[in-house]
Amino acid sequence: MNWQDLQIVAPELFVLLMACGLLILDLFLSEQRRGILHLVSVLTMALAAIITLRGHPALEQTGAVMAFADTFVRDGMGDLLKVFAYMVMILVFVYSRYYLKQFNMYRSEFYSLSLFALLGAMVLISAASLITVYLGLELMALSLYAMVALKRDDRKATEAAMKYFILGSMASGMLLYGMSMIYGATGSLQISEISLAVAQQGSDNMILVFGLVFMVVALAFKFGLVPFHMWVPDLYEGAPAPVVLFISSMPKLAVFAMAIRLLQDGLSSLHTDWSGMLIVVAVLSIVLGNLAALAQKNIKRMLAYSTISHMGFVMLGLISGTATGFGASMFYVITYALMSAGSFGVIIFMSSKGIEAENLSDYKGLNQRNPWFAAMFAMLMLSMAGIPVFVGFFAKWLVIQAVVDAGLIWLALLAVVFSVIGGYYYLRVIKIMYFDKAVDENPIQAPSDFRAVLSVNALLMLVLGVFSSPLISACMAVF
Amino acid sequence: MDNTITTSWPLLSVLVWLPLLGSAGVLLAGNQRPSMARWLALLVAAATLLLSLQLWLGFDSATAAMQFSEMKAWIPAFKVNYHLGVDGFSMPLILLTTIFGVIVIVAGWEVIKERVHQYMAAFLMLQAALTGVFAALDGMLFYVFFEAMLVPMFLLIGVWGGPNRVYAAVKFFLYTFLGSVFMLIGLIYLYLQSGTFEILSWHDLPLTMTQQKWIFLGMLAAFAVKIPMWPVHTWLPDAHVEAPTGGSIVLAAVMLKVGGYGFIRFSLPITPDASAMLDWVVIGLSLIAVVYIGFVALVQTDMKKLIAYSSITHMGFVTLGLFIAFSIYRGSPEGFGAAMGVEGAMMQMISHGFISGALFFVVGVLYDRMHTRDIADYGGVANTMPWFAMFAVLFFMANSGLPGTSGFVGEFMVILASFNASLWIAFFAAFTLIMGAAYNLWLVKRVFFGEVRNDNVARLTDINSREVLILTVLALAVLIIGLYPQPLLNVMHVSVEHLLQQITTTKII
Repeated sequence: MNWQDLQIVAPELFVLLMACGLLILDLFLSEQRRGILHLVSVLTMALAAIITLRGHPALEQTGAVMAFADTFVRDGMGDLLKVFAYMVMILVFVYSRYYLKQFNMYRSEFYSLSLFALLGAMVLISAASLITVYLGLELMALSLYAMVALKRDDRKATEAAMKYFILGSMASGMLLYGMSMIYGATGSLQISEISLAVAQQGSDNMILVFGLVFMVVALAFKFGLVPFHMWVPDLYEGAPAPVVLFISSMPKLAVFAMAIRLLQDGLSSLHTDWSGMLIVVAVLSIVLGNLAALAQKNIKRMLAYSTISHMGFVMLGLISGTATGFGASMFYVITYALMSAGSFGVIIFMSSKGIEAENLSDYKGLNQRNPWFAAMFAMLMLSMAGIPVFVGFFAKWLVIQAVVDAGLIWLALLAVVFSVIGGYYYLRVIKIMYFDKAVDENPIQAPSDFRAVLSVNALLMLVLGVFSSPLISACMAVF
Repeated sequence: MDNTITTSWPLLSVLVWLPLLGSAGVLLAGNQRPSMARWLALLVAAATLLLSLQLWLGFDSATAAMQFSEMKAWIPAFKVNYHLGVDGFSMPLILLTTIFGVIVIVAGWEVIKERVHQYMAAFLMLQAALTGVFAALDGMLFYVFFEAMLVPMFLLIGVWGGPNRVYAAVKFFLYTFLGSVFMLIGLIYLYLQSGTFEILSWHDLPLTMTQQKWIFLGMLAAFAVKIPMWPVHTWLPDAHVEAPTGGSIVLAAVMLKVGGYGFIRFSLPITPDASAMLDWVVIGLSLIAVVYIGFVALVQTDMKKLIAYSSITHMGFVTLGLFIAFSIYRGSPEGFGAAMGVEGAMMQMISHGFISGALFFVVGVLYDRMHTRDIADYGGVANTMPWFAMFAVLFFMANSGLPGTSGFVGEFMVILASFNASLWIAFFAAFTLIMGAAYNLWLVKRVFFGEVRNDNVARLTDINSREVLILTVLALAVLIIGLYPQPLLNVMHVSVEHLLQQITTTKII
């Protein structure tokens, strides 16, 4: 370890220091002044973004710099994903505060656990060796398990936490098992060296393919893809809304990076093998996710199944195995994280007095009660449904284009037909907000910073749609 | 194609973006100030209409090149451009859009009482999307506008519609969405083949027969639903019946034309060989629409449904006129009458826009007073509303293709063109003249003529000045196009010739 290494990991180092600092800071704060924690957390994100965006001098020449004996990599993809992770975290913090206060959960653990989870995600995004992948993934996952159980006397939440923990640990076990086989076959934990070794051996080596299967299973679990999706609906329904908001947005960015690191950077020679596996999980996720979402009356469960289908769409870009395909997937996953954060923001916005607005009927006549936020939620839903000119359409377009480019027109047809079926349940939300009469006439109370951030979040769907070019180019440029 | 004509200022962009900005302004007026929302919406729509007249005045009808072109890179990574332009096909349709932009706002003036600002804003958004569809020369831009128009229409039907509005709105949305995603795959495929989203470059893109067939079918799925053709027409009667008067007017007058325009801009020039090979499908479906749907219209008891079905038969003429060219060319290489078919289809689209828009307004006038659209509830309206009856009878006559009205011109041209292809096609097409006369005149007899049927009809008051204004404008349009269609034909003539040249040149190499 030397000074250069520390310079490369400056963003991670900063987030680590701040996470520890928050723990200490909390000891000196009275309950009334807990708002300081919130402010410090948001500021941390802003500063981390500045540190990350300042870049590293070597990045411009080589495209990637390695640190800590080549176990950590800093590159364009990682930096872009991290910047959006900070952005999503700011949304999480702003939306959560209102909820935590109302639901008597306003404690410092939420902030420090969030920052540790973010740190894990950052390490995972920048992993260049299998050990780093595992370290990052576990740091993120353990923090998330604790967050789900934050409401510890709530039966549903503890049940969700147990399920998430047990199934998550199993997935970690699978990943480790797969890693050990890859290590056995290639003799290295370094992803770049694995790549070279695999290129020589090819897919004839059964141990390699076996290891790959376990890795894909672990990835599918972390993405929440069918048939490894069982935890998703229960977790979404049981966990408190801010935690679901967190889990449904930021970790997806990290898991996407993990998929790229393992499958593309490490095992690109086995592309035919893993793309076949991804096709299966993608098709199952898109079909089952959209069909199951149709039947939900609980909006959190509906969004859970919608996540499953969206993650299936993210897989479409990976399947092609081309740079444009990866860029398309990355664009999808980034915009999805923003969309999902906004949708859960609306759920928190509508919740009050200790009751979560989790039934679809709670949204009846929102247009009469609050036309502005009805329009905001409608934009988020239309974006999720993939209606132009919202950004969700551009994400779907790019991944479908990648699939058509790969010659899989049947897969593209299946994806678009199921996105029409999926359109129904997003439209139903709009129908409930606009066509039905309001039952609850109480005005909605949420702090003004919440209102402002939620509006910006929803309007981003429109702005990123109309001016989608910069983000698309940025995503395409890093592959 | 490089020979596009640009102008010094972006007229088409203004026509697209002015209503959109205006809709934001109307929304800001808020629910508390309905009259401000109305006047602001009217101001925006009227300004757009006045500006759009510049398209007609500055149009050069001697060239088939795109005029008033604007081009800017939009998503350079995938060669998507913000490319607008008009030719002889799209220019009249944009004018139709801007004219009806004003008419629907006046039509909903005092009728809409709830959430006026949202109603007016939705129409302005719809107008922007429709103008964009007709002006877009980039495949992705076209698709964006094509889909974007669904959202305001969905809300218009769902919020201000009739009792069964939710079903109708969702059906409308999902039907059109399903059709258009197949087109999206076609557009993506064309991009991957050609490396560009420029529609005009796709016109010159060589494609094998298999490729053309699949692309043709993808496009057909989108446009057949939109126009709509039998058997994917079932969303239209539902949407019309449930939509508020203004929604029905825009739907019939402008939105259906997007389907016909799509055939002209995409299917015919991009996949001419597949169109020639599969023309029997389209012609067959058109004739079913003309004959069978004519019978269906005859038995309707709801006035809006009757007009909706009559729209489907009239749109059958549009698809017939467009695709009859292929069998004409098969019979004789010089293609005598092919141009008449395409021009007839265009005339039919414009004329049907005015007539159907007027008819839905007529029904709206009655519905506002009686709150029923059932034919059986009426009778002898001419006695209590003589001025109104005069206009209404004119429009129903025009709908049945009476010579001297615009309804005659398009139908006659298409029938004449069909004679050059086959006597039988012409025979079935001409059926519409009988069927149209039957269902239109029977409706007129039952609703307007005869004794005053009940007290409700006896209490009717004749139309007010706002209604007179709309009906007069539409009546003048119907009569002028019917008596002197030549200026309109001149505008599109060169573009039609260009299209015929495109569809007779094989793209298979």
